[in-house]
Amino acid sequence: MIPQAVDYKRAGSVSEAISLLAENPDAKILAGGHSLIPAMKLRLNSPSLLIDIARIPELRYIEVRDGGVAIGAASTHHDIISNAEIQSRYGVMIEAGELIGDTQVRNVGTLGGSIAHADPSADWPAALIALNASIKVEGPNGAREIPATEFFLGFFYTALEEGEIVTEVVLPAPAAGSRSVYRKFMQPASRFAIVGCAASVTIDGGTITDATISLTGVSADGAFLDEAVGAALIGKSASLETIEAAANAAAEGVELNEDHYASKAYRKHLAKVYTKRALAGACGL
Amino acid sequence: MSNKFIGKSVKRTEDKRFITGKGRYTDDINLPGMTHAYILRSPYAHARIKSIDTSAAAAMQGVVTIMTGDEVGHYGVPCGWQVNFKNGDTMKEPPHPLLVKDKVRHVGDAVVMVVAESREIAQDAAEAIIINYEVLPAVTDASKAVEAGAPLVHDDVPNNICFDWEIGNPKAEVDEAMASAAHITTLEFVNQRVSPNAMEPRSYIGHYDGVYDKYTLYTSTQNPHLIRLLMCAFVLGLPEHKVRVVGPDVGGGFGSKIYHYTEEALVTLAAKKTGRPVKWTETRSEAFLTDAHGRDHVTKAEMGFDGDGKIVGLRIKTFANLGAYLSTFSTAVPTYLHGTLLQGVYTTPKIHLEMTCVFTNTTAVDAYRGAGRPEATYLLERLLDLSALEMGVDPTELRLKNFIPAFDGITQPGYQTNVALQYDSGNYHGVLQRGLEMLGYEDFRKAQNEAAASGKLLGVGFSTYIEACGIAPSAVVGSLGARAGLYEVGQVRVQPTGKVSVFTGAHSHGQGHETTFAQVVADRLGIPMEDVDIIHGDSDTVAFGMGTYGSRSLAVGGSAIMKSLDKIIEKGAKIAAHKLECSPDDIEFADGKFTVKGTDKSLGFGDIALTAYVPHVYPANLEPGLDFSSFYDPTNFTYPFGCHIAVVEVDKETGATKVKRFIAVDDVGNVINPMIVDGQIHGGVAQGIGQALLEGVEFDGNGQIINGSYMDYAMPRADDLPMFELDRQVTPCPHNPLGVKGAGEAGCIGSTPAVVNAVIDALWSAGHQVKDIRMPLTPERVWSAMQ
Amino acid sequence: MPKITVTVNGTQHTHEVEGRLLLVHYLRDVLGLTGTHVGCDTSSCGACTIHLNGNAVKSCSMLAAQADGATITTIEGLASGDELHPLQVGFKEEHGLQCGFCTPGMIMCAADLLNRNPNPTEQEIREGLEGNICRCTGYHNIVRAVQHAAGQLEAAS
Repeated sequence: MIPQAVDYKRAGSVSEAISLLAENPDAKILAGGHSLIPAMKLRLNSPSLLIDIARIPELRYIEVRDGGVAIGAASTHHDIISNAEIQSRYGVMIEAGELIGDTQVRNVGTLGGSIAHADPSADWPAALIALNASIKVEGPNGAREIPATEFFLGFFYTALEEGEIVTEVVLPAPAAGSRSVYRKFMQPASRFAIVGCAASVTIDGGTITDATISLTGVSADGAFLDEAVGAALIGKSASLETIEAAANAAAEGVELNEDHYASKAYRKHLAKVYTKRALAGACGL
Repeated sequence: MSNKFIGKSVKRTEDKRFITGKGRYTDDINLPGMTHAYILRSPYAHARIKSIDTSAAAAMQGVVTIMTGDEVGHYGVPCGWQVNFKNGDTMKEPPHPLLVKDKVRHVGDAVVMVVAESREIAQDAAEAIIINYEVLPAVTDASKAVEAGAPLVHDDVPNNICFDWEIGNPKAEVDEAMASAAHITTLEFVNQRVSPNAMEPRSYIGHYDGVYDKYTLYTSTQNPHLIRLLMCAFVLGLPEHKVRVVGPDVGGGFGSKIYHYTEEALVTLAAKKTGRPVKWTETRSEAFLTDAHGRDHVTKAEMGFDGDGKIVGLRIKTFANLGAYLSTFSTAVPTYLHGTLLQGVYTTPKIHLEMTCVFTNTTAVDAYRGAGRPEATYLLERLLDLSALEMGVDPTELRLKNFIPAFDGITQPGYQTNVALQYDSGNYHGVLQRGLEMLGYEDFRKAQNEAAASGKLLGVGFSTYIEACGIAPSAVVGSLGARAGLYEVGQVRVQPTGKVSVFTGAHSHGQGHETTFAQVVADRLGIPMEDVDIIHGDSDTVAFGMGTYGSRSLAVGGSAIMKSLDKIIEKGAKIAAHKLECSPDDIEFADGKFTVKGTDKSLGFGDIALTAYVPHVYPANLEPGLDFSSFYDPTNFTYPFGCHIAVVEVDKETGATKVKRFIAVDDVGNVINPMIVDGQIHGGVAQGIGQALLEGVEFDGNGQIINGSYMDYAMPRADDLPMFELDRQVTPCPHNPLGVKGAGEAGCIGSTPAVVNAVIDALWSAGHQVKDIRMPLTPERVWSAMQ
Repeated sequence: MPKITVTVNGTQHTHEVEGRLLLVHYLRDVLGLTGTHVGCDTSSCGACTIHLNGNAVKSCSMLAAQADGATITTIEGLASGDELHPLQVGFKEEHGLQCGFCTPGMIMCAADLLNRNPNPTEQEIREGLEGNICRCTGYHNIVRAVQHAAGQLEAAS
């Protein structure tokens, strides 16, 4: 399988990438390429030009900022899961990142590429939603910052506008007493999530004071914030009964995904099971 | 025969090239001036071709030639085994053209071949070809294809039935036995279609040398000579002595590289036409559409028991899906490689199988690791465990009650089954008892009960399988419709310096022949293994051969080598006797020395070798040289057997199954290299577990494969499997010189039902009295069975 | 056409390549390093695994152009002269290969694993090799091969 003929240019800076993109409407941004190149090999995607942003120095960093962590969009999955700062404070990022693809994919695939691609079964979107992260993008009209909940809009569909690229992901400082986890039921061939649940729960004196739960793989529209589950937790004691009751509300009213491996009914069931498991982990139960 | 190497886990001599990246697979070969082929395939399962327009593609720079069915559609690949209808009519055998010009019959059917200067240009040009199709309704399920009004895959094959067939006792006798049964267990199930997925995609290079008027085909095949024979005699009508077929390093086969594929003939034709080498290498996506699949049976089986738990009868009706065209051995698999194994290891007195073999709008189905025998074993072993659950008896006791008693085939006769075969030797109690010891059966049942109490589902499943390997006595298979002999050829050429070149018609594509065969030769001749070279895979070098499949290489190919070794030693003894001035009868050969019995007068093997080529002091009337070729045609199949036990844990909430333990006690007769035999079992078990839990080709209503890539078709990965627990029992084969039975398929035959039985057992332990869950046992299917 | 310079197994190469040329085809067809294999078309099987700047990557899912400036090791460059890498020894000693087709990718992936975790557990080995499919061995002896190599490396250090 060979892609159709394509031009290749490596951008030296974000601004160069943005102007190349503006000049070539058929162009595609290439970072790790682990979603785009397989699609090009199958000739499902045939851009005229690839703009490689993987080596732009200003896009590959992980730094503590304002108590949180800022991650450059060209950081690889491996960069993220091997970062001590993230390891110590954002369990969900580590647990989700470690379950993306395989070693080789994690060595090349990037955070920015993954979220811009917005596969409805991808792991990062759920983690970012659960952490209340925001995504910085830049385009011909300048830069803007979009909350994760407003960035993922549907099936391979994001808030990115024509000519914009993802530049950074900002993880806010985790609240005291919070813990975040990721639990995933994977499709055994692709290793994508049939159901992935990211949960961030804050407990104060045995009472849940904040809870953000996001599910991926469940909906054809991709990762979403499950507000009903969160609402069912806040103010309650962190007990198995609480989380079981809350998990039973998972994925209600959602347009469910289905494929040859898992039906809608089974996905919905798994959403509840994996929400329960994630909450148990986040509550330390 | 010394035992310096035989029975030892000698490290493989072939490994060095593979671990350093120096293996030479077909796609690694690049010939000067080589062109590249791309095959444009049907996107539809069933459609009439209204028109093909290749003009734009032909005009593209770098396109060398374009071939269509108009040019080569009159050539087709044959089926190698004729099976007749019950009424004696010949099976329906529609042509399988190299390129289709009228009607495509499965997704991936080949329509146009583009040959170009590069792979890229060939694919770009193929995209510029316009084919108009009239799409027709398609049928993919064998049991539905026979129904009135189903689409006809071949317009002249009524009801899509290739043939119907039966084996065993007269149906009336079986009906009578079943009517007398105290309990009948009925199981309706699907043994699903799987894709073999050898890791090396098929690859072929056609080459034509006009100077010598000689064709060479490099091919990722399991049997180069058979490909040459079929292509020359049945497809292209080429002179066989002007065709060389080379099967270099081959990256796994599992059956799928036995068959003569259309692309082999296409690159050969294209090479002649263009005067340049033509390479074609499939993509994995193409492999899913075109490499022959395996299994795909829809079955209803009934097993009857008397009040004491003795089996009184077995009655089966099966539809076997052959796909759209007959692949080389496709017709033998559901019949002579399946029906003949339905005795299993049990004394079942009455057996009847009714088999209907059916065309559908799908990829061809043929032998996949085990070929017919896994389907027979699955059927029997599922019935045994399920019957035990239904009757409330222990599954191991039920087996012990019904096992054929042990027999060695030498002092005791072979066991005549009700389904044509005569087993050579067996001890079925032994492998089960050893398996139960390894499992710690009583402790397991306790643990299972305790787990159930704490909400965990544990299950154990058993499978005591038998298979028929070492195919085969040629006369027997000939009488059953095989269009080829199934002997093997082994040539031993002792060089003047005493080094030995061995030419075998078997073909190694992972089995380690270069090591195992050398162990045999070195021990028989009493020489170091380094002095032995095993040569295979080239029809110009190796006299002839039938190739490697059906766990036959050592039992048949090794025996052929042994015959030649005997001839070498017999002739060597004559030379030694002449030099030592005694009668050849007074010479004994051991540890590489020809010795006058009862004396210390001896000559080394090297001396004799040199003398054979420098025959100055030499017996009269004896030809110089020390080089013998032998054909070995076995007197019977071999019958490996064993006991496989799976322990699984099922996640109650999700239905996900984890194989916690897998125990395999196999009896494959004598073992030359235990390390390699264990490796064969490991790999087979993994594939068998794959079929049970992960694998299965699925079609949609239009005949499209919906999981035709590695993103969708799940196979076991490292973290899906446990370490395997293996042991061995040795009941030698009584009828071949090495006493070996074959080990390539055993793991794949025994394991699948053990795993499924274990899941069913786990569910019954929690009160879910489920008879069957369709394979693969995906979490959703298991979860649904518990609802 | 992009012009690339790469150092492969210690030798520097410069070529003009088509934008669409995959790194695996560059290695196999342009440099003749056919030890790196192609087993699938979906980045799933790992047969094409090489080291790019020291990390295991799937060379079927990268363009040659993306590798410009990189240091690459393929299976052909893993041994030090005649001295096999401990993983190559381990695969031979423990019968970690049969047909050999997945083996180069498997070894290159395992090498990355041992670089990061010199003493992995069985489970860590199995998870570390999840991106590589072997159809012959059932992974049993591959796990043992990696353990063998880990033991050798530990003994050497």
